[in-house]
Amino acid sequence: MTDFGYSINTSSRMNLDDFDKESFDKLAEMEPDVRKCMACGSCTASCTAGKFHETSLRSAILALQNGQEGKAIDFLKGCMLCGKCTMVCPRGINTRHLILSILKVYGTK
Amino acid sequence: MILTILTTAVDSIADQEVIDRIPSGYSNFVIPFVVGMVFILIYLLVGFIRILNHIPWEDKKKFLISLITPATILKNIKDIIFDCLLHVKIWKRKPLLGYMHSSIAFGWFMLIVLGHIEVALFVPKHFGSISEGALFYPIFYRFFVWVNPAHETLRSNLLFFLMDFFLLYVLSGIALAMFKRIKSIALGMKHTTKPSLPDRIALYCLWLIFPLRLLAESFTADLSGGSFLTVPMNFLFKNFFGNSLNFMPTWWAYSIVLGLFFVAMPFSRYMHIVTEVLLILFRNAGLKVRKPRKGLAEAEIYACSSCGLCLDACPMNIQKKNLKYSSVYFIRFLRRHNTKKINEIAQKCLMCGKCYALCPVSVDSPAIRQAQRATFNNCLPYDYGYLAKAADTGLANNYGDDGGKQPEVMYFAGCMSHLVPVIIESMKKIFKEAGIDYVFADEDGGICCGRPLLLAGRTEAAGEVMESNKKMIEDSGCKFLVLSCPICYKVFNEEYNLKGIKIIHHTQLIDRLIDTGRLEVTKSDGSFVYHDPCDLGRGSGIYEEPRHILSGIGELKKASKERDESICCGGSLGSLTLDYKDRGEITQGSIESLLAEKPREIATACPLCFKTFGDKAPVPVKDIAQIVCEHLAQKQEDKIYSEPGIPIAPEKESFAR
Ligand code: SF4
Ligand code: SF4
Ligand code: SF4
Ligand code: SF4
Repeated sequence: MTDFGYSINTSSRMNLDDFDKESFDKLAEMEPDVRKCMACGSCTASCTAGKFHETSLRSAILALQNGQEGKAIDFLKGCMLCGKCTMVCPRGINTRHLILSILKVYGTK
Repeated sequence: MILTILTTAVDSIADQEVIDRIPSGYSNFVIPFVVGMVFILIYLLVGFIRILNHIPWEDKKKFLISLITPATILKNIKDIIFDCLLHVKIWKRKPLLGYMHSSIAFGWFMLIVLGHIEVALFVPKHFGSISEGALFYPIFYRFFVWVNPAHETLRSNLLFFLMDFFLLYVLSGIALAMFKRIKSIALGMKHTTKPSLPDRIALYCLWLIFPLRLLAESFTADLSGGSFLTVPMNFLFKNFFGNSLNFMPTWWAYSIVLGLFFVAMPFSRYMHIVTEVLLILFRNAGLKVRKPRKGLAEAEIYACSSCGLCLDACPMNIQKKNLKYSSVYFIRFLRRHNTKKINEIAQKCLMCGKCYALCPVSVDSPAIRQAQRATFNNCLPYDYGYLAKAADTGLANNYGDDGGKQPEVMYFAGCMSHLVPVIIESMKKIFKEAGIDYVFADEDGGICCGRPLLLAGRTEAAGEVMESNKKMIEDSGCKFLVLSCPICYKVFNEEYNLKGIKIIHHTQLIDRLIDTGRLEVTKSDGSFVYHDPCDLGRGSGIYEEPRHILSGIGELKKASKERDESICCGGSLGSLTLDYKDRGEITQGSIESLLAEKPREIATACPLCFKTFGDKAPVPVKDIAQIVCEHLAQKQEDKIYSEPGIPIAPEKESFAR
């Protein structure tokens, strides 16, 4: 193929109808803090795992709200529960339990 | 001829101190006791086999070996006497409560032993032979015999005295127990547990056993002898009732409450009396909890006496609503197999280990919680494919090009220390000042030590993380691993099994450096209080070094709760579900305890405590490394150290643990 020096991105289109309200409510029941996130990204910035592998609680929560559950799990699979994100979260979110709960609700099917 | 036989018979009777009044050694009233006794014996045997069955083979082997190892046998005997009979652990914290427990346990034990001695000495026919009633005879000895007034001896009188003495001793404990139920605060316990129905049945039986024994033995004291307690009571009764009609009913009642107590025992907290012995044997054999309900855990669960001491110990209970998450209730739900409650409680706990440290039976409920968490968290998905890369980038950058000469010392700051750069900066300065050549393992980002995963019950995931760290450390060829975070310290010590590598916390290192003159600090007029981080103090037994360092720099003040009673900062990674607000309350409680003597600064040795206290405390919070750096003496000249390592050999156990 001719190299044009650029390529076509894979589509990042999302379908908001994929959002699974039932599961999200279940998650919110397990860890109500999920509704408190303001997507500031502090957790991602401080993440221990994030240095080596794209790990981000912020992105995972957004992905869930956008109906991209598989992506959300991918953002959290590398987490080592070290707890740095809990210490930095300005909203006082129990991030570790939130991560465990997301893995529980969406990760074990 | 007949006369001579008769006189010799009378002579031989006159020779005996005690006459076998009922040679058959049986009376109907013993039935309830025998039924209860047989029931409990069978129950215990079955229970013991069940527990053994659930213990993995390799643990079983350890257990059997421990039973024939002389050192462990001695330790077992010592622990059983000190813990089960004398309750030394309770004595130390609450003397009155200790007296209560030991008087009942030790007193009862002595009554049983002395009862058997009496039988063996005076009516040996009934000793040790089941067909002659060995099961119950010594218990009801006083009923069956007739003391020979013509032949009183010192030893029989001494035994009478001892029996009465220990009965009184037990009764004093029972009286205290009754009093405690009514007013638990009088004995210094803020909270006390609510007993369940079998608990109550067993409790009331226990309360009745000894007063009834006193009554029964008093009624027979003119026949079977007695001492300072039973003889005067016998005299009183005789004058009061005028006959001995109450003789039989009291013996019946005594036998019935004993039997009832034994039947209720397995379903009540009093199961701890026997299980504790088993737990001591298991613990001394070095077994660890693997499953949350079976094997060793079952022994732990039934060894809990529901004493409720863990209620006052738990830092969560600064809020009354959290009382229900305490170990005593956790264990109660475990006994009842109430999975929903068990899971809820298991996730709440901070794993600070205080209940374990203060528990008179040393029930390791944090370990059971961890095992319980594994039942639902171990299966969660994870993917640590990046670990290999992480281990490389962490170290490769730091070794540089100094011709492959590798330092003996590795410094591993840990995730949390990276949130508190001042600790890392201070450590760098200290290494430089002391002339220690080191490699900084995770300067450029490392991976977690694995303890948070372990605590969350993600055992398998933790295994991968630890394996990767282990490889990185062992490949580096270092001899010392210096850590700034107690969480890392504990897990490296307990789970990593790093051969030939000495693991030291920075407080130990600094203490050693000051002692050997490699580091000089100046005394200031500052005052400090030291906060014992859970994993460093209770978790790893390091209490002295930090205090030693601080008292060399300023005045060391005391916290109202310290050392093994230190209150968790509230930031613990142990809890999974405790929320921000509840944690805040715990933090406040902990700070309050620290400020009891109005120190000018709070010193700690854990980045997590540092962060948690941080802006909540009204006085500055500092890490010990930071304080040491602030008080380093001006160096006279640039000393050159011939040995760029740590001034001890790694093999020597020079770091007190
Ligand atoms: S707990 Fe997980 S997500 Fe949070 S900082 Fe640590 S590795 Fe990252
Ligand atoms: S730090 Fe807290 S608020 Fe910010 S993105 Fe992360 S979870 Fe959300
Ligand atoms: S766990 Fe220990 S301290 Fe708590 S009630 Fe049981 S025996 Fe007492
Ligand atoms: S480990 Fe600490 S937080 Fe957990 S129950 Fe025991 S005392 Fe309470």
